[in-house]
Amino acid sequence: MTMKTQIENRYEFVLLFDVENGNPNGDPDAGNLPRIDPETGCGLVTDVCLKRKVRNYVELARAGEDSYDIYIKEAAILNQLNKEAFEAHPDMELKENKADKLVAKKKEDQQTLAQWMCNKYYDIRAFGAVMTTGVNCGQVRGPVQFSFSKSLDPITPVDVTITRMAVTNEKDAEKERTMGRKSIVPYGLYRLEGFISAPLANQTNFGTEDLELLWESLMFMFDHDRSAARGKMAAQKLIVFQHESRLGNAPAHKLFNLVQVSRKQDCDVPRSFSDYEVNIEAAPSGITILEKL
Amino acid sequence: MGYGIKLRVWGDYACFTRPEMKVERVSYDVITPSAARGILEALHWKPAIRWVVDRIHVMKPIMFDNVRRNEVESKASPKKTAIYTSLETQQRAATILKNVEYIIEAHFEMTENRGEEDTPEKHYNIAMRRARQGQCFHRPYFGTREFPVNFELVEDEDLQGFVSYYRDTSQDLGYMLYDQKYELDDKGEVKRVTPYFFRAQMVDGVIAVPSPQEVMR
Repeated sequence: MTMKTQIENRYEFVLLFDVENGNPNGDPDAGNLPRIDPETGCGLVTDVCLKRKVRNYVELARAGEDSYDIYIKEAAILNQLNKEAFEAHPDMELKENKADKLVAKKKEDQQTLAQWMCNKYYDIRAFGAVMTTGVNCGQVRGPVQFSFSKSLDPITPVDVTITRMAVTNEKDAEKERTMGRKSIVPYGLYRLEGFISAPLANQTNFGTEDLELLWESLMFMFDHDRSAARGKMAAQKLIVFQHESRLGNAPAHKLFNLVQVSRKQDCDVPRSFSDYEVNIEAAPSGITILEKL
Repeated sequence: MGYGIKLRVWGDYACFTRPEMKVERVSYDVITPSAARGILEALHWKPAIRWVVDRIHVMKPIMFDNVRRNEVESKASPKKTAIYTSLETQQRAATILKNVEYIIEAHFEMTENRGEEDTPEKHYNIAMRRARQGQCFHRPYFGTREFPVNFELVEDEDLQGFVSYYRDTSQDLGYMLYDQKYELDDKGEVKRVTPYFFRAQMVDGVIAVPSPQEVMR
């Protein structure tokens, strides 16, 4: 395990990303239509949707690298049980040693295991995990917190009906073609706000290299998540607020207010990122604004 | 009560999950004392102090929203190399609150873990300074971590300037979770967790929270 540079600053960030003729995040309750806040008409993208993309990016970018493994994977290749953590600690006293249950007896051993998991898996280090191995159910709280993303303007989901020149079932043979539906957002600019806590980063051993990888993921994750459903998605702006201190130098909501995104005056119907203006006001003392993108 | 703090907290969403509806989560109508304590502890906490929530002001109308997400059904463990979402996933809905704002009135008490250097003044000053400057140990949240909390210190002594949506009404919110009591064994490990409940009455938008001595008998 390489020694990491500890994070000594609190961070908040704003990520602006957009979608063109695609569905950024389907709502299972609404037949996979794009998620929408019924009161405002604005689109939503859940926190877990974007965390999934971060995980997938890291899995691609750091494939096979030690300590950048991803715990919550999308597709199973071989779902085998693995006792690596226990094998790494052969002298550990075990309370139970059955095929289906392994619980370390000593509290410090449980913490050792939790730390071991943090060091091995990037996503546990970043986002935390509920583990059965730690103290009091071994909740590891990750330093990185995402909230729900919202679109700047109301979105108008459009239902697109498509046809296919082939059929799946023999009984439909005389039909010649079948029809399907896609739900797309012609254009939507979304805003994600996120937080990174330095004290929690120090607890899970989330270092500055991990932080750089997180910024990289946020900028490039959409480029590796192409599919028929997504349309064109892209990260347009990533604005990071770096506090001088670990606990912070300014209230987060005041920092988020510094990033004003507005539709250009002559534009009634936004259809591209250039229809918006991003205005970033000067930072208060103790805050450095980093425009990563 | 010389060491009270008033904190205005607000956010887009919240989910204070009812313990009897945990799988498809349903939020309580308002923030629980336990969640309010968690917010205060995110700002400042040491083993020497114990936050006690005295009153909760509900500033905005209670409104619900529904969100269904893919979640994994298992916990992490070193026995596994990974959780594969293609195999271990389930869709769960959550009935969450939207557009919430509260004022939390609380104070802290010193615990038996206080050291020589732990004076109430010291901890009070730290808590006030952090609340005033927007500092926190980690970002506080409304029940679950995807619902971050904005907070600011309420400086004035009386809350005259703050008008609750529920002024001039009274509502019985039924039995709500008060907090959980953790009993430790002599090794310092959690032996038993007991939830405690209280009858929440909202009068003029204010819920008077009973003291731990009243609830945790």
